[in-house]
Amino acid sequence: MAARLGGRTAHRRALGGRRVGARIGATVTTSLAQVRNLTVSYRGRPAISALTGSFTTGSLTAVYGPNGAGKSTLLAALAGRLAAANGSIELPAAVRARTAFLPQRAELDRTFPIRVGDVVAMGHWARAGAFGQVNQVQRRATADALHRVGISGLADRLIGEVSVGQLQRALFARVILQDAPLILLDEPFAAVDTTTTADLLGVIRQWHVERRTVVAVLHDVAQVRAHFPQTLLLARKMLAWGATTDVVTAVNLAQLRTMAEGWTLAGDDWREAVAV
Amino acid sequence: MNLHMLLIEPFVEFGFMRRALVACLALAIGCGPVGTLLVIRRMSLVGDAMAHALLPGAAIGFVLGGFSLAAMSVGAFVGGLLVALLAGFVTRVTSQREDASFAAFYLIALAAGVMIVSLRGSSVDLYHLLFGTILAVDDAALILIAMVASLTVLVLALIYRPLILECFDPAFLRDSSGHGALYHLLFLGLVVVNLVAGFQALGTLMAVGLMMLPATAARFWATEIWSLALLASLIALLCGLGGLLISFHGNLPSGPAIVSLAGVVFLVSLVVGPREGLVARWYQTRRTHSLSTR
Repeated sequence: MAARLGGRTAHRRALGGRRVGARIGATVTTSLAQVRNLTVSYRGRPAISALTGSFTTGSLTAVYGPNGAGKSTLLAALAGRLAAANGSIELPAAVRARTAFLPQRAELDRTFPIRVGDVVAMGHWARAGAFGQVNQVQRRATADALHRVGISGLADRLIGEVSVGQLQRALFARVILQDAPLILLDEPFAAVDTTTTADLLGVIRQWHVERRTVVAVLHDVAQVRAHFPQTLLLARKMLAWGATTDVVTAVNLAQLRTMAEGWTLAGDDWREAVAV
Repeated sequence: MNLHMLLIEPFVEFGFMRRALVACLALAIGCGPVGTLLVIRRMSLVGDAMAHALLPGAAIGFVLGGFSLAAMSVGAFVGGLLVALLAGFVTRVTSQREDASFAAFYLIALAAGVMIVSLRGSSVDLYHLLFGTILAVDDAALILIAMVASLTVLVLALIYRPLILECFDPAFLRDSSGHGALYHLLFLGLVVVNLVAGFQALGTLMAVGLMMLPATAARFWATEIWSLALLASLIALLCGLGGLLISFHGNLPSGPAIVSLAGVVFLVSLVVGPREGLVARWYQTRRTHSLSTR
């Protein structure tokens, strides 16, 4: 009991006084999301079949695999946007309601006349809602989040006027404000410059320190090895899931390539990515 | 003929011109923000299809109740909303492209509407339904149009935040709390009531003109939602005023006169607008070109 309390205090200190979720992540090895025999179909075809495993609380996991491997499908299923055709994802209701999901940036209309600061402030939605006030505390939190991702000066710019990297920083700031116990990132660094990538990796590391559970789809092996302790290798089926040092091996990467060879979807770009 | 005679006298002397002017003002207030939101949501075609769907609804109202404001308005409202919902449903359940199904709907609506009116009415009735009779807007129609404008402004003020979020990032809203569909539906409802109000004055073919053209033109000048909406309303109002005068002096139908004028404003904006206008674009490419060759 004493050890547990001690752990909790340390945990709170790490958060700088902030608590992640309601009593989520008190102990080290609890599973946050339990995936059981999961099959998800996308446009009528099974994109993932029979996936089993778990994301432990506070883990930082990279999902890696060729194009069309079902990585985005897995994130959408975790976020509750896609229903399971078979099997299940067990996620505490409190976590499910407060999951932060950052989809691929292409889904946003960059000509939409909205300011960067307003996009970030959307992160307060869970508390402010449709009609609630955005108070002084929340406004300060918005400014802090903008500062943390390094775009303090851009709050009043329209999203069409900032670079792709700066917009991605803003979307990370929005995730910061969502204060979510589970954070899902779909290719967060695609088409983003290296400085931005480095800064945002720092933000992810901070989330990890705060014991938030982070799952990110990536296509850069070096990045996975350097920054993500856990890895799930996915090629419609699970190839391996565990500590990155055990899982991301030359043998497994070659195996991943063979698994994808028969797919019509697989283009050349993932081969390049695997070769890195 | 001096300026006073040209611009002021028609409104001083004729009650129907004053009523028409007030109708244009009220329409402009509602259509500005609604049109702006339609444009930034890339739903111009949806607005078009909904406007055409007013015709069969209004036609059924006409067949049942004659040239009665209430019967035609209710019919038009039901028709417009039905097509909006149906089109949304079709896009969700099929993989057909959205614009194709909207084009199909509006052709069906137009054809069916003309057939239904022709069953009972004359070609003059059909002409009035299609192109409106703004110079014959009576008190009842004026009150309806004013009510719609007030309702639009009130509802938009109330649901502004969730509506903008739903426009910009619907998936985020869905993840965060749901209710996104509710705000979208409320907005579609506003589009339909504004089209119904516009159809009293401008007809089913022209109603969407006062909604889309000023909002599209405004995009070449303004950058933010509030300024876009304000500018769209202003353009709509000026086009209403100018169109009425053109129609008065030239003895032309008022609806097409107003919409043609809005079309002119759009074309001028397209050429000289500072934001992505053709001239601005040409200067920009020339400058970057000379910079890069230096």
